[in-house]
Amino acid sequence: MMQEGLDDGPDFLSEEDRGSTLPNFKQNEFSVVRQHEEFIWLHDSFVENEEYAGYIIPPAPPRPDFDASREKLQKLGEGEGSMTKEEFTKMKQELEAEYLAIFKKTVAMHEVFLCRVAAHPVLRKDLNFHVFLEYNQDLSVRGKNKKEKLEDFFKNVVKSADGVLVAGVKDVDDFFEHEKTFLLEYHNRVKDASAKSDRMIRSHKNAADDINRIASSLYTLGTQDSTDLCKFFLKVSELFEKTRKIEARIAADEDLKLADLLKYYLRESQAAKDLLYRRSRALVDYENANKALDKARAKNRDVLQAETSQQLCCHKFEKISESAKQELIDFKTRRVAAFRKNLVELAELELKHAKGNLQLLQGCLGILKGNT
Amino acid sequence: MATSSERSPPPFPDSEDQDVLDTEEVRGRDSDEDEDLFGSPSTSPVTGMDTTLTSDVSMKPPSDIMNDPLIEPMSSQTENKPASEPSDDFFDLTNNVSVVAAAATKSDDFVDILGSETGAQRGEVVKADVTVEATIDKSEVTAGITDPLSQQEAKQTSTAPVIDLSGDSQPVTSKIANPLVDLFSDAPPAAEAKKPSSANVDLFDDEEGSDIFAEPLQTKPAKQLQKSLFGEPDEDVFGEPLGAISKKPVPKEQKEKSVTTKVTAGGPLQDSKPANIFSQAAASTPSVTSTVNSKSNGVHSEEEGDIFAAEATVELSLDSPRNERKKEAIAKPSAPTPTSLPAAASLTKPQPPALEELEEEEEEEEEDKFDIFVSVKDPEKIGDGMNAYMAYKVSTQTTLPMFRNKTFTVRRRFSDFLGLYEKLSEKHGPNGFIVPPPPEKSLLGMTKVKVGKEDSSSTDFVERRRGALERYLQRVVNHPSLLQDPDVREFLEREELPRAVSTQALSGAGFLKMINKATDAVSKMTIKMNESDVWFEEKLQEVESADQQFRKLHALVESLVVHRKELSLNTASFAKSAAMLGSAEDNTALSRALSQLAEVEDKMEQLHQEQAANDTFTFAEMIADYIRLLGAVRGSFDHRMKAWQRWQDAQSMLQKKRETEAKLLWANKPDKLQLAKEEIAEWEAKVTQYERDFERVSATVRKEVIRFEREKTKNCKRQIIKYLECLLQSQQQLIKYWEAFLPEAKAIA
Repeated sequence: MMQEGLDDGPDFLSEEDRGSTLPNFKQNEFSVVRQHEEFIWLHDSFVENEEYAGYIIPPAPPRPDFDASREKLQKLGEGEGSMTKEEFTKMKQELEAEYLAIFKKTVAMHEVFLCRVAAHPVLRKDLNFHVFLEYNQDLSVRGKNKKEKLEDFFKNVVKSADGVLVAGVKDVDDFFEHEKTFLLEYHNRVKDASAKSDRMIRSHKNAADDINRIASSLYTLGTQDSTDLCKFFLKVSELFEKTRKIEARIAADEDLKLADLLKYYLRESQAAKDLLYRRSRALVDYENANKALDKARAKNRDVLQAETSQQLCCHKFEKISESAKQELIDFKTRRVAAFRKNLVELAELELKHAKGNLQLLQGCLGILKGNT
Repeated sequence: MATSSERSPPPFPDSEDQDVLDTEEVRGRDSDEDEDLFGSPSTSPVTGMDTTLTSDVSMKPPSDIMNDPLIEPMSSQTENKPASEPSDDFFDLTNNVSVVAAAATKSDDFVDILGSETGAQRGEVVKADVTVEATIDKSEVTAGITDPLSQQEAKQTSTAPVIDLSGDSQPVTSKIANPLVDLFSDAPPAAEAKKPSSANVDLFDDEEGSDIFAEPLQTKPAKQLQKSLFGEPDEDVFGEPLGAISKKPVPKEQKEKSVTTKVTAGGPLQDSKPANIFSQAAASTPSVTSTVNSKSNGVHSEEEGDIFAAEATVELSLDSPRNERKKEAIAKPSAPTPTSLPAAASLTKPQPPALEELEEEEEEEEEDKFDIFVSVKDPEKIGDGMNAYMAYKVSTQTTLPMFRNKTFTVRRRFSDFLGLYEKLSEKHGPNGFIVPPPPEKSLLGMTKVKVGKEDSSSTDFVERRRGALERYLQRVVNHPSLLQDPDVREFLEREELPRAVSTQALSGAGFLKMINKATDAVSKMTIKMNESDVWFEEKLQEVESADQQFRKLHALVESLVVHRKELSLNTASFAKSAAMLGSAEDNTALSRALSQLAEVEDKMEQLHQEQAANDTFTFAEMIADYIRLLGAVRGSFDHRMKAWQRWQDAQSMLQKKRETEAKLLWANKPDKLQLAKEEIAEWEAKVTQYERDFERVSATVRKEVIRFEREKTKNCKRQIIKYLECLLQSQQQLIKYWEAFLPEAKAIA
């Protein structure tokens, strides 16, 4: 099967390495360099393809947000003179760690997208996908210009307005009716949880940073003298230095295992909602076509045209319904599996870190108490 | 009379520094008047007078000179006995000094008296008469000078008793005269043999110091003990003459007086200048004062006695600092004993006057022995609106005999705590003690409380303040010297405390205080102290950088607390969201796991909250305490600097006076030269006194800083270990929570 790996260069180029045993690839192993925009292009090509209307289109990876880090880095450079050397090195390390974390996260999200596509029975056969993977030169996709963005915006407005309208339509199928209500609710919940987890993690990071600064402050206190107390301070500073690393790791792991999971399912549930919208749209179209056919038959005018259109709509709706059912069942399975994996990992990591912290504290307390 | 003002105990013992300064002024003025007075009788050339005096001295005069003052002690003593009011004592003292002065300077009369009344028992009586006469001679002047003093005291009733008292004293004098005469007939050879020099004075001072210190301890428990105690040091210094006396049942004060007189005798022997007699008398009188004062303590009510005892300690500026410190260490714990049960004496007994290292150990033992625990509990809002205030329950548990009960509780409001600090810092600050500071007044925090919002920030504020107050009080009672302060005891024990007024943040007194602080700051900037002691220089720097570091650390910990609280809040909201997500999830196992996760997060929120409280109360508050304490340490350094400044000022003044003398000598103005010489002598005495003051303050500061650092080390370690233990516990809880969650997560299918 297909395994994918991603490396990121410093300018958010994603490099894919993969071994593939699928026959429709020309080589068994190949690698290309891709930019974030190219991922978006691939995603959009899926969305725009009518063929894929019945599938949950894997959500596009979010745009990496390095702006905050960059800003901080700049500030650090400006404030270099006003800080002590230790503070500066600490800050720099902090920032570098942060930068690296965002990087990894970004890479992971892009990878998830590609994995999802590659795992999809239909989408993985997509031509664009193959081009994306194999074409070893720049795809020269450009970012959307303003006009296109504006169009997108209007499309979205129309879609959501339509979505409200369409959502009001009672579904004949209980399964889809249930899925619709569930997804609406779920999407809102997951949105909320994602935002809250982000905030929680951010404050956790802040606390870790504080501990870091306390450690360096204690260090300066400890180096002032060589008294007993100063040695004590140095020990405590050392401990804090270690615990803050653990705390930062906890925050990073929570981010990775919890917040990112929630964020992903926020987007995936949106994609599922989109699928349901497309199906509902098709249903409405189908019903309208039925009505038009009835009308045409009553008037006995353009019946053939109405019939073909009705059949087209019927076919489309049935096709969407058929694949959507499977897609939604898959979505649920995937979701449960992903949550299980991530929650187990989260718990294990939390335990690992807590135990590490405990050990540190016990060790330090042992030394300190032995001292006094 | 110059010295009379000096011994007048200032109305408030704490303001003694100020008063001493005042006294100096008064003294300066007094001595001027003295000069005028004595200037006229001694119209004869100074040289002539000098020669007569020296010749007298060489023949027999020591005893004579001694005889004169000898009477005063008697009179003072006799007065002490019948008169129990402090005012009388003061008055006596004034009286005495005037007589001393008269005796010393009025050379003509003096010699006459000497000639007629040496060695005779009745001589004493006669001399007493003479002194009375002398006083009468100058009664106008004495009255004139003592009057303002009396007004200052506001304790004296009138000047009339002066004469009455001296009259009263006569019978008693004659009675006690006997041993004294023996004493003095013995004494002169000793004095001559010893060649009483400044060293002698020092020695004497030391003994004096011990006397004074020991005195409050012994006055109550046993009179005999006291005598034996006094006998010892005296013997050491003065050898046989005093040894002979010590066997006799002479009241202690007489002995002290005799010592004083000897010093006076030493003066002329040494320099053969009348001015010197003066200065010596001046130098020695404070000690007399203190003895007398402390003597009166025994007679007076408990509290007053204590104040005086404390004051005596303070006034003992003549002691060599080292010795005094030692003595202080002994005296401090014992000082309250006269006021309480004699059993307390046993507490002080096992502390021998030891070396410094020993002393430190002892102090630690002492602290353990300070079986006193103060807690501040149950903050309660009293009143409404802006007049509302918080009252705290101050409970004391102690086995110390100085307290009437083992446990007692009083209600105190915040300003009472501040008032206590004001009193203590005024009293002990100038001596170089590090007085633990209470938490600052916080208008904002208190206003919040007053407005009555029962939100977490105001309860947090009250709890913080309560903790800070408790630690502050605990620090005060753990301080060996401060615990002895009557104000501390009053604070802990007395039901109703007079309202502390000067602590209002915006009151007039507060404004004055602000101005004072500003001037202090200015003078601090202007005083350029060329530090002679490297230790102090280093310590000051250390303290300053530590202060800076602690401030920084405090800000960081505070921000950690803020973030931790934020984290707790955000965790709570995430827990809610997770629970909602769980309820929305249609997979049963996943839904269950998510609600379990919500529960875990709920518990985490609790943990974070506890941790934030831990950060605040164990860590941040400790640092805040140390920031305050470091401020107090700097304050004690400032007091040391002030003492130094005073000494320097006195020195430059002396320099000026000497220059004037040189000028006068050159200009050949003998009449003014006399005055200049006296002034020089006076300033010389002041310089030595201030120098010793400075040394004493320095020694105290040094000791206190060492104590502070020891306490700091101990306390910091304890607190940080406590803090880490809290962290440890919360990690253990965390592990428990996640371990419970893990199977739930694995159960998702």
